[in-house]
Amino acid sequence: MELTTVWFALIAILWLGYLVLEGFDFGVGMLLAVLARDDRERRVLLNTIGPVWDGNEVWLIVAVGATFAAFPEWYATLFSGFYLPLLAILATLIVRAVGLEYRHKRADITWKQGWDRAIVAGSVVPPFLWGLVLANVVRGVPLDADHDFVGSLGDLLTPYALLGGATVVALSLTHGAFFVALKTVGDIRSRARGLALRSGGTTLTLLGALVAWTALRDGDLAVWAAGAVGVIGLAGGLAAGARAAEGWAFAGTALAIAALVAVWFLALFPDVMPSTLDPAGTLTTTNAASSPYTLQIMSWVALAFTPIVIGYQAWSYWVFRRRIGTHHIPA
Amino acid sequence: MEALDLAPLDLARWQFGITTVYHFFFVPVTIGLVVLVAIMQTFWHRTGDERWLRLTRFFGKLFLINVALGIVTGIVQEFQFGMNWSDYSRFVGDVFGAPLAIEGLLAFFLEATFLGLWIFGWGRLHPLVHLACIWTAAIGSILSAYFILAANSFMQNPVGFAMNPEAGRAELTDIGAVLTNPVLLATFPHTIFACLMVGGAVVAGVSLWRMLRRPDDGETFRRTLRLGAVTLLVAGLGTMISGDFQGKVMTEVQPMKMAAAEGLYEDEAPASFSLLTVGTLDGREPVFEAKVPHLLSYLGTGDWDGEIRGINSLQAEYEEAYGPGDYAPNIPVTYWTFRMMITSGGLAMAIGAWMLWATRRGLTPSVATRTGRWLLRAAVVLPFLPLAANSFGWIFTEMGRQPWLVFGLLPTASGVSPTVGAGTVLTSLIGFTALYGVLAVVEFKLLLTTIRGPLPEAQPPQRVDDPDAPLAFAY
Ligand code: HDD
Ligand code: HEM
Ligand code: HEM
Repeated sequence: MELTTVWFALIAILWLGYLVLEGFDFGVGMLLAVLARDDRERRVLLNTIGPVWDGNEVWLIVAVGATFAAFPEWYATLFSGFYLPLLAILATLIVRAVGLEYRHKRADITWKQGWDRAIVAGSVVPPFLWGLVLANVVRGVPLDADHDFVGSLGDLLTPYALLGGATVVALSLTHGAFFVALKTVGDIRSRARGLALRSGGTTLTLLGALVAWTALRDGDLAVWAAGAVGVIGLAGGLAAGARAAEGWAFAGTALAIAALVAVWFLALFPDVMPSTLDPAGTLTTTNAASSPYTLQIMSWVALAFTPIVIGYQAWSYWVFRRRIGTHHIPA
Repeated sequence: MEALDLAPLDLARWQFGITTVYHFFFVPVTIGLVVLVAIMQTFWHRTGDERWLRLTRFFGKLFLINVALGIVTGIVQEFQFGMNWSDYSRFVGDVFGAPLAIEGLLAFFLEATFLGLWIFGWGRLHPLVHLACIWTAAIGSILSAYFILAANSFMQNPVGFAMNPEAGRAELTDIGAVLTNPVLLATFPHTIFACLMVGGAVVAGVSLWRMLRRPDDGETFRRTLRLGAVTLLVAGLGTMISGDFQGKVMTEVQPMKMAAAEGLYEDEAPASFSLLTVGTLDGREPVFEAKVPHLLSYLGTGDWDGEIRGINSLQAEYEEAYGPGDYAPNIPVTYWTFRMMITSGGLAMAIGAWMLWATRRGLTPSVATRTGRWLLRAAVVLPFLPLAANSFGWIFTEMGRQPWLVFGLLPTASGVSPTVGAGTVLTSLIGFTALYGVLAVVEFKLLLTTIRGPLPEAQPPQRVDDPDAPLAFAY
C-alpha cells in the first residue's frame, strides 16, 4: 500500500478515536442540561469524565497535527476555508474546558450556573460543527485551481452538511447517556439509560438517513457496508440497552460513530477535498501529500508510539473504572 | 489595491502575536510549576513531613488553574497556522508539520493523560505511582517545548531541507538536522531555564506574601520560599549562560537580528554593548549613550575584539542576494525588547537573592518594619518580572526575524491565507482578544482567592478499598 493511503487511513483512525472518545464526553456535557436534577448530580456527571476528557481531546490535536504533517495542502485549505466554523469550535471548546476546570472552584451558585451553560454550549456546538465540516469535506466545496476556498459561509450550510452536524450531536448524546449508565450507580444510572433509549430512535433515523444519502451519492460497496455496520451497531446497542446490558449498549454507540467516520472517509477516498468548481482544484491523497521521506519518518514515529499511547490511555480508564454515585461526591 | 492587500496581513500578524504571547503567559507557569510541585511531592514522599504535602496541594491548585488556560490557548495556536497562514503551511508543512505532529503524539498525550491521573489519582493510586504521574506530566511538558521549539527554530534557521521548485515548497531531507538545529540547541535550554525562573518566582513570591500576611503558617511557607528563590537564581544563571550561547548562534545565522538588537548601523570591531541610547533610534544620531566597550563583541562572537556586522552592510548584502526590499526588522522594538528581557530577568534574580538574605538562618521579616513592607511589594511584583522577560524575549525573537517568516526563504507577506478576508480576520481578532481578556480576569481572581485561601488538609490521602468512600478529589 502507498504511504499516502496509509496516512489517509491513519488520519481517519485519529478522527474516529476523537469522535468516539470525546463523543461521550460531549454527550455527558449535554446531559448536564437535561438529566441532572441538582448540583450533586451535575458533579457526578462531570466526574465520570473528569480524569479522561483532556486526554480525549488530544486525539483532535494529533489528528490536526498529522494532517498538517502528512497532507499540508489539505490542512491549509481546510483550515483557511472553514475559518468561521473553526473559530466557533475553538471559542466553544475553550469555554467548555475552562468550565470543566473552574466550575467546582467556587461554591457560589451563579458562578456554577454560568459555567454549566458554557459546558453545555461547548458540548453541543463543537460536535455539530465538526459534523458540518466533515460532511462538507466529503461533499466537496468550491476550490479554485490554487486549492483555495472561494465560497462563502452560506455554501457550507447545505442540507447534507446540516444533517451531518445533527447526526454527530445525536450520536454523541446517546453515546454519552450510555456512558453515564455504565459509570454511575443509583437513580441517575437508570435515568441515563432511559434517556439514551428515548434519544436512540431519533439518532438511528438520522444516522440511517445520513449513511444512505452518502452511499447513494457515492455508490461504493464499501460505503454501503460500513453504513450497514453503523446502523446495525446502533440498533444492537439500543437493544442491549433495553435489556440493561450497559457495556454492550456503549459498545454499540461507539461502533456506530466509528462506522460513520468510516463511511465518510471511504466515500472521500482517494480525494481529500473535492472541488465543486474546478476539477483542478480537487485535493487528493497524492497532490496534497508530503514528500515520501516525511511520510516515512512519520510512519516510524507513529508505529513506535501509538501502541504506547493507547496502552497508557487504556490504563487510565482502568484506574478510574469504578462506578460513582452521589454519595461519592465530597461536600 | 495595495492597501486592501495589506489589511488582512496586518490583522493576521496582530492576531498571531496576541494569541501566541497570551499562550506563553501560561506556558512558563505550567513548565515551571509542574517541576516545582513534583519536587515538593518528592520531598513529602522522602521525608514524610506533612507540611510538604500541604504545600504540594496548595501549589498544585495554582498550577491546575493555570494549566487549564495553557491547554485551551494552545489548541488555538495549532489551528491558526492553517486558518491565517495557509500559504505558509503549504510552503513549510513538509518540514514543519512533522515536529508538530510528533509533539502531539509524544508529548501532549503524555501530559494530558498523566495529569488526569495525578489530579484524580490521590488515594486511588499507590503513592509512588502517583508521584511518578506528576513527573511524567512534567516530562511531557518539557518534551512538548522541545518539539515546538524545533519547529520554531526552523523558521529562524532553516536546516535539513531542500527546495522543490516544482511544488514550490521546502521538503524535509534530514529530520536529524531539524532536531539538532544549532538554534534549537540554544533556544531549548534558554526557554526551559526561563520557564523555571517563572516557576521559582511564583513560588517564592507567593510564599513570602504568605509569610508576611498570614504568619500562622508562615513557617511552612519558609520551605517553599527558599525552594522557589533558589530555583529562580539557579535557573537565572542557566538562562544567562544559555542566552550568551544563543547570542553567538544568532550572530552567525541571523546577523541582522543581532544588529537590530543593538541598533548598530555600521560594522564595528570591537563592538560595544549599548546599555541605553536616548535619541533618534531610527536615525544615526544618539543624544545620549551609555556603552560597555567590547561587550557586544564578546556576546556575539566569544572574542572581545570580534566584528559585529551593522544594519547597513547587511542590508546591502541582502539586497544583492534577495532583490530590492527592506531587510531590517523594526529597530526600536528589537532594541528595547532585548534590553527589557535582560533587565526584568536580572531584577527578578536580585529580588530572589534579597529574599534569601532576608530569611537567612530562620529570620522572619515582619510587615511592621520598613524592610518588611518593601519585601511585601517585591513579593507581589516578583512573579511578573520573569514572566515579562519571557514575553519580551519572544517578541524580540519573532519581530527580529521580520521581514521573513522563514528566514531567507519565505517573506511574511507571502505566507498569509490568500482568500481569508480582512473582515473575517477582524472578527476573530476581536473575538479572541475579548474572550482572552475575560478569561484572564477570571483566572487572575481565582489565583488570588487560592493564594489568600487556607492551606489544604494535612491528612495524607488513604488508599481506601471501601467502594462507598467519597472521592479524594472531585470536580
Ligand atoms: C516552550 C514551550 C511552548 C511553546 C513555544 C508553545 N507551547 Fe503550546 N504548550 C506548551 C508549551 C509550549 C505546554 C507547557 O506543554 C502547554 C501549556 C499548558 C499545557 O498544559 O501544555 C501547551 C499547550 C498546548 C496545546 C494543548 C495541549 C493539550 O491539550 O494538552 C497545544 C495544541 C499547543 N500547546 C500548541 C502550540 C503551538 C501550535 C505553538 C506554537 C505557536 C505552541 N503551542 C507554543
Ligand atoms: C510561545 C512563544 C512565542 C511567542 C510569544 C511568539 C510571539 C510572536 C509574535 C509577537 C509574532 C508577531 C511578529 C510580527 O508579526 O511582527 C509572532 C509571529 C509568528 N510566530 Fe511566534 N511566538 C512564539 C512562538 C512561536 C512558535 C513556537 C512558532 C512556530 C512553531 C511561531 C510561529 C510564528 C508564526 C508563524 C508567526 C506569524 C508570522 C509573523 O507575523 O511573523 N511562534 N510570534
Ligand atoms: C543575560 C541574560 C540574557 C541573554 C544574554 C539572553 C539572550 C537571548 C537571545 C540572544 C535571544 C534571541 C534568540 C534568537 O532570536 O535567536 C533570547 C530570546 C529569549 N529570551 Fe533571553 N537572554 C537573557 C535573559 C533572559 C531572561 C532573564 C529571560 C526570561 C526569564 C529570557 C527569555 C527569553 C525568551 C523566552 C526568548 C525567546 C525564545 C528563544 O529564542 O529562546 N531571556 N535571549
